[in-house]
Amino acid sequence: MKIQSSKQEPKKTYFSRKLRIWGRYGIITFALLFALFPIVWIILTSFKTPSEVIHSPPIWIPREPSFNHYVGALKLRGLTAFKNSLIIASASTVLSLLLGSMGAYSIAKWGTGGKLLPLSLLAMRMLPPIAVVFPVFLIFKTLQWIDTYRAVILMHLTFNLPYSIWMLRGFFAEIPKEVEESARIDGCSELGVFGKITLPLAAPGLIATGIFCFIFSWNEYPFALVLTRRNAITLSVVLPGYFGSQMVFWGEVGALSTIAILPLFILGILVKKHLTRGLTMGAVK
Amino acid sequence: MLGVTIFPTFYALILSFFRWEYILPGRPFVGLSNYIGIFRDTRYWAAIGHTLLIVAGAVSLEFTLGFLLANTLVEEIRGKRYFITALVLPVMVLPIVCGYTWRLLLDAQYGPINQIIGFLMGKPYFHFPWLSFTRTAYLSIIITDVWEWTPFTFLVLLAGLTSLPVDVYEASVIDGTSSWQQFRYLTLPLLKPIIIVVLLFRGLECFKMFDILFALTRGGPGKTTETICLYIYRIGFQYFRMGYTAAGAVILLLIVFGVVALALVRVVEK
Repeated sequence: MKIQSSKQEPKKTYFSRKLRIWGRYGIITFALLFALFPIVWIILTSFKTPSEVIHSPPIWIPREPSFNHYVGALKLRGLTAFKNSLIIASASTVLSLLLGSMGAYSIAKWGTGGKLLPLSLLAMRMLPPIAVVFPVFLIFKTLQWIDTYRAVILMHLTFNLPYSIWMLRGFFAEIPKEVEESARIDGCSELGVFGKITLPLAAPGLIATGIFCFIFSWNEYPFALVLTRRNAITLSVVLPGYFGSQMVFWGEVGALSTIAILPLFILGILVKKHLTRGLTMGAVK
Repeated sequence: MLGVTIFPTFYALILSFFRWEYILPGRPFVGLSNYIGIFRDTRYWAAIGHTLLIVAGAVSLEFTLGFLLANTLVEEIRGKRYFITALVLPVMVLPIVCGYTWRLLLDAQYGPINQIIGFLMGKPYFHFPWLSFTRTAYLSIIITDVWEWTPFTFLVLLAGLTSLPVDVYEASVIDGTSSWQQFRYLTLPLLKPIIIVVLLFRGLECFKMFDILFALTRGGPGKTTETICLYIYRIGFQYFRMGYTAAGAVILLLIVFGVVALALVRVVEK
């Protein structure tokens, strides 16, 4: 009996291992289908002809791929929205990196504001924008700032600046103190240490933080919805406009969605290494 | 810079003590009556209930699926890096685009989901209006949120699982623990800080849900899926009840801030 069982065991574990590997590939395949199918579908929709878009049962692969929806969407305020999104997201990114790196440096090196300031920054990031969007709207209305870039950029700073301070604080804290100290001993001013030592050493962190700020600003909806009308309208605000009361321009929606998503995929792959850290605000590295 | 958020909050606080309505003249001081109105407003509290329902459904599913996936991909496997990159893509999609994409997928006539279900059931003309019934509308909202955010829980839990100390597991194997015991007495306690981070982030983000809902159901059918953020948006920008909106926003801020402060204090203590 004993001999038999010892003979059978390796076979059994071999099979169960095989089974586990197949099970794992099964789960991964299923997850990949779930994750990618909606993206593929919206991209396919953008290339269909109008009659294919509203065909029931739906047609999966467009027979004659056309760019008509792209042309249509870009003409229907799509191009303006793309330009605006680019301006607003870039400006709020640059500003939050600029102000954020200074704030983060002072918190990381001198502990400005004690324990409470970093925590309140974190809390600020988590508050629902809807709760402040209404008074903000009234204030900007009196200032006549509605539908201007500066209004949206300023409001996007309210979540991007706390974010970049919090993230950069972590990146700055990782730079060994000795490097900065030795620069100081060599006669470098505090500003020199910051500009010549800290910033270059934290460059990968700065870039990652910047890309995240850009993505957050690009994706933001409530502030952009409330604060823009025509001139400063962003991509996320233009999309709902394609939904009429009678019919929906799904082809245009697909085209503009594709235009809006693809740059983010490229940026996202660039920050892949920092993805977990960036999305959890540094709570998990 | 803090002023940019603090000033509007104070302005909201002041506004909330006045009756300022689009249809009524004047802006008299009315004391706490806006707050009393909110406390009596069944739609407000129903909206909070809807939000909590979505948060509970979506976050628990996201956590379970994310954990399962993270466990599947924690060991080395061929093509692991590419799998992770592909799985993470939905996080980058604009929430509003997520909402519209799923609305198209779930569309009664032009959506492939009905087509696939119809094909599997052998009914070629299966036209189920997912968003027209309260229950399936909730299901649709939760699936959309799960689609966008499971990659997040997956990534974070994967980072957590990868960072677990190997020697503890080796020791437990020598001691002859079963894999369930390993999971219950080793993985869970060791992962606890990361699990808290995941649940906290997702819970708070999901509570703010606005974009997906705006695209998917707009609170419909009726008001049965209206979340608190959508309701506040509506009383402000559709009914123009300034003072009342401000009171609603202040109460919401107090609730969220209370949760955030409690959570932060607990995390910091550890």
